[in-house]
Amino acid sequence: MSRPRPRLVVVGNGMAGIRTVEELLQLAPQLYDITVFGAEPHGNYNRILLSMLLSGEKRPEELVLNAPAWYAAHGIELHAGDPVVAVDRSRRVVRSRRGVLRPYDRLLVATGSRPATLPVPGSGLPGVVCFRNIHDVERMLESAGRYRRAAVIGGGLLGIEAANGLARRGMQVTLIHRSHVLLNQQLDGDAANLLARNLEGRGLALRLGAETSAFEGARRVERVRLADGSHVDADLVVIAIGVQPDTALMRASGLYCERGIVVDDTLQTYDPHVYAVGECVQHRQLTFGLVAPVWEQARVCASHLARLGHRRYRTRQSDARLKVTGIDLYSAGDFLGRCGTEDLVLRDPRRGIYKRLVLSGNRLAGVVLYGDARDGGWYFDLINRGTDVGPWRDRLLFGQAYCQPMAAQA
Amino acid sequence: MDVRVSTTCPYCGVGCGVLAAVDAAGTVDIAGEPAHGSNRGRLCVKGMALGETVDLQGRLLHPLVRDGRGAFSRVRWDDAIDKVARGFGRVIERHGPDAVAFYLSGQLLTEDYYVVNKLAKGYIGTANIDTNSRLCMSSAVAGHKRAFGEDVVPGCYEDLDQAELVVLVGSNTAWCHPVAFQRIMAAREAGARVVVVDPRFTSTCESADLHLPVKPGTDVWLFNGLLAFLFRHGAMDAAFVEAHTRGLSQALSVARREAADVAEVARICGVRQPDLQAFYELFARSGRAVTLFSQGVNQSSSGTDKVNSIINCHLLTGRIGKPGAGPFSITGQPNAMGGREVGGLANTLAAHMELHDSVHREIVQAFWASPRMASRPGLKAVELFDAMLEGRVKALWIMGTNPVVSLPDADRARRALDACELVVCSDIMESTDTNRHAHVLLPALGWGEKDGSVTNSERRISRQRPFLPAPGEARADWRIVCDVARRMGFARGFEFETPHGIFAEHARLTAFGNRAPRADGAPAAPRVLDLSGLSALTPQQYATLAPVQWPVRANGAGTRRLFADGRFAHADGRARFVATPARAPVNAPDREYPLVLNTGRVRDHWHTMTRTGKSPRLAGHIGEPYIDMHPHDALRSGVREGELARVGSRWGSMVARVRHGGGMLVGNVFVPIHWNDQFASDARVGAVVNPVVDPVSGEPEFKHTPVRVEPFPVRWYGFAFGRRFLPTSELTYWTLIRGERFFRYELAHWERPADCGTWARTWLGAGDPDADWLEYEDSGSGVYRAVHVRDERIESCLFLSARPDLPSRQWLASLFAREHLDDADRACLLIGEPPGAGFDSGPVVCSCFGVGRNTICDAIRKGGLDTPAAITAAVRAGGNCGSCVPELQRLIAEARMTRET
Repeated sequence: MSRPRPRLVVVGNGMAGIRTVEELLQLAPQLYDITVFGAEPHGNYNRILLSMLLSGEKRPEELVLNAPAWYAAHGIELHAGDPVVAVDRSRRVVRSRRGVLRPYDRLLVATGSRPATLPVPGSGLPGVVCFRNIHDVERMLESAGRYRRAAVIGGGLLGIEAANGLARRGMQVTLIHRSHVLLNQQLDGDAANLLARNLEGRGLALRLGAETSAFEGARRVERVRLADGSHVDADLVVIAIGVQPDTALMRASGLYCERGIVVDDTLQTYDPHVYAVGECVQHRQLTFGLVAPVWEQARVCASHLARLGHRRYRTRQSDARLKVTGIDLYSAGDFLGRCGTEDLVLRDPRRGIYKRLVLSGNRLAGVVLYGDARDGGWYFDLINRGTDVGPWRDRLLFGQAYCQPMAAQA
Repeated sequence: MDVRVSTTCPYCGVGCGVLAAVDAAGTVDIAGEPAHGSNRGRLCVKGMALGETVDLQGRLLHPLVRDGRGAFSRVRWDDAIDKVARGFGRVIERHGPDAVAFYLSGQLLTEDYYVVNKLAKGYIGTANIDTNSRLCMSSAVAGHKRAFGEDVVPGCYEDLDQAELVVLVGSNTAWCHPVAFQRIMAAREAGARVVVVDPRFTSTCESADLHLPVKPGTDVWLFNGLLAFLFRHGAMDAAFVEAHTRGLSQALSVARREAADVAEVARICGVRQPDLQAFYELFARSGRAVTLFSQGVNQSSSGTDKVNSIINCHLLTGRIGKPGAGPFSITGQPNAMGGREVGGLANTLAAHMELHDSVHREIVQAFWASPRMASRPGLKAVELFDAMLEGRVKALWIMGTNPVVSLPDADRARRALDACELVVCSDIMESTDTNRHAHVLLPALGWGEKDGSVTNSERRISRQRPFLPAPGEARADWRIVCDVARRMGFARGFEFETPHGIFAEHARLTAFGNRAPRADGAPAAPRVLDLSGLSALTPQQYATLAPVQWPVRANGAGTRRLFADGRFAHADGRARFVATPARAPVNAPDREYPLVLNTGRVRDHWHTMTRTGKSPRLAGHIGEPYIDMHPHDALRSGVREGELARVGSRWGSMVARVRHGGGMLVGNVFVPIHWNDQFASDARVGAVVNPVVDPVSGEPEFKHTPVRVEPFPVRWYGFAFGRRFLPTSELTYWTLIRGERFFRYELAHWERPADCGTWARTWLGAGDPDADWLEYEDSGSGVYRAVHVRDERIESCLFLSARPDLPSRQWLASLFAREHLDDADRACLLIGEPPGAGFDSGPVVCSCFGVGRNTICDAIRKGGLDTPAAITAAVRAGGNCGSCVPELQRLIAEARMTRET
């Protein structure tokens, strides 16, 4: 009789964890007995599309990445809706809320992130929600059916997508943002102004440079009080001010964590039996909120789990795109520029187009595209490859089509 | 409608017949006149574009007088005539008749010329009447007079068809006389040989059998050498020389002394000895040889000698007045010849009679029954402007020419105008460099409107006929002159009502006293110029006059060739050899001014561009003034091709773009003559040219001025397009180029604006913050581009760069003809290139990686892909956020269905 297969337990049934499993199955299909625990009572779904679910542009089934049948087909034991509540790292056993115990040889932690909360009075009132999972979307849709006014706190990617989705569902939406610049993590002032004008054109009210001081209401939230004393009436408040790595479980197990679960270039934690991927990890001081680096982590991590440990995860520039239909927006890299960088800027306000490339010497360092983002991916490649773009500097901002013949010669 | 009017082209001296018609929409249709003997239906590009030059934009349409504050204001014709007549009258009264002067143009009609000449010489009593023909033709005139006894071109264009050898001296015939050049090329096809003598390798040289790139100003050595060679090798027609010429021994002794040795001549002229030898031998054995010469010969301080050195060779070989043979001066203007015939030069009288000859004066005064008669030669062009500066001439009337651009030392000409009490300009354009200095502007009729006659280079008199109405209050030049003459008190002598009346009088004068002296002692002077056959034309016959070559004697028949009988116009009937000791140009290059400036025309422009500058078609060939020079000289001068440079001489300077490729010899620079303050910031090459003249003809040495070329440093280069004129006063460098529905500007400036965007918006008149304004800026490399769109049409645009390498203007220019810009065009505006003709990737499906539908379908089809993951592996689509995966699945399904059906 052969030796029993090593056991892999995956904590977190989200995109990062399951992508890692998929990569692993590609590399070593028969290596592990795999068990997956997840807090949500579904298979794995595409969280990025939640805003399109909210806006009604996607149906729930279109979000599904891995249905339960997929787990069965690959012999994976799935515990959906039953999160792991304790990890005993010395005995290498996990325990779920329902009391399921599973020993492991390798533990893959993919607990993701939890929404940042706003510690102001009234944050516990009914009608104040976060925007993180299908359940949140269901609550928002329920409110949209019954109420008219909504406020979204946070003018980042998620906040804008939520505001747009609620507006498409017929609500009067006010978007409240601390900075004067929308998407200030992704855009410069010029692009943010175009975005603001576009959103206003869609009927959204914007309160920029506005600090929330309280949520007020009798039995349910009725208004958002701002620091300047003014208020915004709202029967639904969506808080979308960012996420924090969800480290509670592993911290409790005594694993070394900082802001996130600290991993090395192989996605291994301080415990050699424990790997971690996705939004719960911290790699070289960085935490993650966008999908592209997570896919890369999955690839690297899977190779190590498969005992083919030849890959290294390297910090890459991140890029971002807004999932709002009709707004084409992209940013990547060092899009604000620094001393010594040079800008290429194109403005066509009538077509709603703004493009900015930041060059550091003859290398592309950052990009902001608004209104026409089709070349975003190409610019992202140029940034990451460190391509010398000097020879086509004059054409670079006009896109790949104008540079291709020259790039081919180069 | 669509009546075709037969008229004559107003450009070069080839004098092509033109058929013009105007349709109901006012569009002018131009074609060559098949029945005209000079062109037989052919026209060059300038002629073909004539329809684009007759619009009224910029036309002077009303008389204008400068008021007390120095601004022009409109006045009634009557007041304008009064102002001119009184002004001239006052100056004559106080300072005598020689204190007034007329400066005319080879573009005036013979009839116009005739009445001005009559007024000046016979009524005011001054010979201060000169013309821009002085700048191009007067050396030929003087050479003809010295050799033949009269200003006569012996041959005709058919000689070009029949020649075995055509020698082109100082003539870029291909560009400047294209229709004549076509005849030469046809002859070459049929076996004739073509030799070009020119310091530059011009377009003409491309089609030549031999090019002799002589050092500028060495033509006399070349032809003295030829004369000596011909004599030495027995090519002399001894019988002809014996019977019909004089002066061979002197001419020959000079030639043999200076140029007997071919090797030595080759060295002096800077050409290869075998080439020179080949040319001499070719000439010696070609009985039917035409030597066609133009400005490269005439515009020289030894221009008259150059002409005679050429004629000497033809006299020696008897190759004159015979089919396919003769010296042939080809003129630059449509009616330089007509002006010469009526005497519109300071040193001639009228109808080929001379001022210095008392018999001639007697004949003319008797004919005119005029109160006075000028008795001494007047001031030739350059002298005239000197006299103005010195205060000797106080009133000047300029007609149809632009001396502030075209004279040598042209800045001095400008000061000379400012020194005058009264400057009157008759012109068709309101704004010219010269009009800026006028006190009175008189609106004249332009080509297509005026009615009269011109004479071309082969003595062919052709009618210019009107096919357009007189615009505004514009009047014929002859009518304006007659009005002023009458207002000056000359009631009789200027009662003309039609050009026919003037022409008939001119024709009668050519016949008057035109006979050998008789015993009765009545004044007589035989002249070749005899239009007696045209002196009795009825108005109807004048209206329908067919082109005819003078002399036209009583039987009404024209004369194709002159001197066929060996009888010349000198009193003894013999032609003269003229001894022509060679001499170098007056101003030699030195260390300070080491290069030699040559000037000339470009193919598609003419003179100071008042007409050709209007035509988009003509702007397409060469849009900008340039300095052509050898790359070695550019390197030594510290200038680079494509960048700007200043050409400076001791007299003045101008700025233009450096280029190579015009076939320049080391040490030589070429600048075109056309550009001026109406079309460029500082491109008047006349300001640079030395005011040196030929001692006989008074023609300036335009082809040889010592200059230096220096960098003209600017911070940015650029170009702009606008549907309207753009303001240029604050720009360091600009050139205006007319296009189809746009004005294009090539620009440069010494300093970069602090904020390009703000400056550009203001400059292009798009200050409205809601204006549809696209811009691109790369401040690190000094690039700024902006486009202003209005009503979905391109309104204007501006492209700036720190370097002269800017995008092509071609596509942007084409957009001005479009009524609507689609999105694809708009996206490309700021790169200045049309949407790519390459693979169309289709609408974007995966926006993360910008992958288009066509790219994906292509991959599915070629790779037989059946899962989204496979598509991701192949073309990356769906590999990031995954939101396009459903669409990828749909595309896979569609592909499958297509395969299965």
